[in-house]
Amino acid sequence: MSATAPPATPDSTPAKTDERLLRTSPLRKLLGRPELGSVVGAVAVFLFFSIIAESFLRASSLSTVLYAASTLGIMAVPVALLMIGGEFDLSAGVLVTSSALISSMFSYQMTANVWVGVLVSLLVTLAVGVFNGFMLTRTKLPSFIITLGTFLMLTGLNLGFTKLISGTVSTKSIADMEGFESAKKLFASQLTLGDVTLKVTILWWFVLVALATWILLRTRFGNWIFAVGGGADAARAVGVPVNKTKIGLYMGVAFAAWISGQHLLFSFDVVQSGEGVGNELTYIIAAVIGGCLITGGYGSAIGSAVGAFIFGMTSKGIVYAEWNPDWFKFFLGAMLLLATLLNAWVRKRAEASK
Amino acid sequence: MARARTGVRALGAVLAAVLGASLAGCSSTGGKRAEDARKAQSAAGKAAVTTPRWTFAMVTHSGDGDTFWDIVQNGAEQAAVKDNINFLYSHSDEGQQQAQLVQAAIDKKVNGLIVSLAKPDAMKDVIAKAEKAGIPVITVNSGSEQSKAYGALTHIGQDETIAGEAVGDELDRRGKKKALCVLHEQGNVGHEQRCAGAKKTFGGQMQNLYVDGTNMPDVQASIEAKLQADRSIDSVVTLGAPFADAAVQARKTAESEAEVDTFDLNAKVATALTAGTLGFAVDQQPYLQGYEAVDLLWLYKYNADVLGGGRPVLTGPQIITKNDAAELQQYTERGTR
Repeated sequence: MSATAPPATPDSTPAKTDERLLRTSPLRKLLGRPELGSVVGAVAVFLFFSIIAESFLRASSLSTVLYAASTLGIMAVPVALLMIGGEFDLSAGVLVTSSALISSMFSYQMTANVWVGVLVSLLVTLAVGVFNGFMLTRTKLPSFIITLGTFLMLTGLNLGFTKLISGTVSTKSIADMEGFESAKKLFASQLTLGDVTLKVTILWWFVLVALATWILLRTRFGNWIFAVGGGADAARAVGVPVNKTKIGLYMGVAFAAWISGQHLLFSFDVVQSGEGVGNELTYIIAAVIGGCLITGGYGSAIGSAVGAFIFGMTSKGIVYAEWNPDWFKFFLGAMLLLATLLNAWVRKRAEASK
Repeated sequence: MARARTGVRALGAVLAAVLGASLAGCSSTGGKRAEDARKAQSAAGKAAVTTPRWTFAMVTHSGDGDTFWDIVQNGAEQAAVKDNINFLYSHSDEGQQQAQLVQAAIDKKVNGLIVSLAKPDAMKDVIAKAEKAGIPVITVNSGSEQSKAYGALTHIGQDETIAGEAVGDELDRRGKKKALCVLHEQGNVGHEQRCAGAKKTFGGQMQNLYVDGTNMPDVQASIEAKLQADRSIDSVVTLGAPFADAAVQARKTAESEAEVDTFDLNAKVATALTAGTLGFAVDQQPYLQGYEAVDLLWLYKYNADVLGGGRPVLTGPQIITKNDAAELQQYTERGTR
């Protein structure tokens, strides 16, 4: 297995192949992928829980793990793209709740068809994304500050508006309203195959990962994302519309938050206004485990999916193993560190042998 | 900039279009209109007494957007209207900050204080200060053990251990063998006491499961995982009303036969009880905790009355089953049960 020396041709001409061509060897290509470290980690976690927990390998259990991973993964995809573009979004977790609250309360208060609320929610959620991106590019403040501000404002708005409009801290049930059933089909239905129940969020997740991968690797916008995250000034110098790209990335996060929010609403039909706080970090953790660099310019959408899958396996694997859950957060933290170290190590090896 | 303006204008146009469409796309079922139709016009709040307008402050350990504390607040506000009280409410789930809020109320020279003692040690000094300033204090909800020692007039609340014990008894009565206690906040003493109380009286086996209360899909997936891991679980007890629904969905997906029971009440729980998807709910009547606290402070100011004789006044546990639920539904919908 020597990747460095390709099988020598018998006549062995002195002029060897150009060294740059070596990069195309499949192994090299694989080593250069950002998600490699996390895939190795995912396999390790999977094997670990398969051995430790007897109920982990059942098909029904795996569908539960997939569901847990998908609700996180849907958000991890655009968050990963945003991180590749060099920015953060701390408001993503609460925006999910906002999006669910808006649909629910708009439909209820207007006694409108549920779909109208869903649409209004999409517009408002996207507007929050635009606000984040616009503030960021206008003020040149770090995204950490901007989105922290949005996070706090949204948290307050969620509670304030819900209380003002509904009189309580949760929304009223909209399950008996027109359009609810069809919207539920789109956002919160499930498919039963034998004893396996697959939630529609898994499909949403896969579609988003595929879409994001296509954007990243096959479109001009994808190149812009990498360029903007690698060095905004250099990118601007060669004509990349840096501001537009960043605003677009924040809108991507907002769009996914809308999907997650609608799932939240239509699977429980009542939304608690205080939810979502803290989830933004979970999305970032999934993206980082999946190989995204916090400094931007490097990462992948598939990596974020693998990261979300690791997260889902760990959080539910501990339950299947019937361990004492007091230690869950410690385990997760250790996993995050290990995955990031493994990523860094794999990448260094890959770059050193180029 | 011009382009940005056009963008804003376009967004405005779209919003207007959607608003217009919403009027056309009305739902003929449910929604606010149905609620308004249901709701009988209730008389506007008016003071029933002519005592001076005292100011009472309530400082709780509630987090943001907590259903339970919202009902407590509703009860306190309605009693305040009746008793001609200027009612102030503030809350923080950090012990230190809650103490600062109490201090602020003392600085404001309020005429009475209502405090919850979830983190008793953090509150001890500041309650002593209130006493020194001559402000009567009533403790609510948690802290029944410390209340008297700290110098409060009365404690109004539910003893978490007793509430848990009631659950254990009820599970026994229903012939359950293996139960799951779902805790949605790690490190909450009251939650631990509830599960421990249930474990004490329950004849079968009981396990704890910790879930992340701020992430509902994750709560559902965790319960689902637990039910799949252990098929012999025949009852799930959640510690808050919103989590009961997640447990019901988890049971469905995991194809488990387990009965779901819960602490606390809300409109959805009342509906589910009536429909039979939930077994029973344990209510500690939060409305009563807020209402009684204000009312007892007023009675103390007006008539030097004290209730409980130094012992906590319990507002629960009240076990609610299918039979009672239908009647309570209308009260849960207006946010007082």
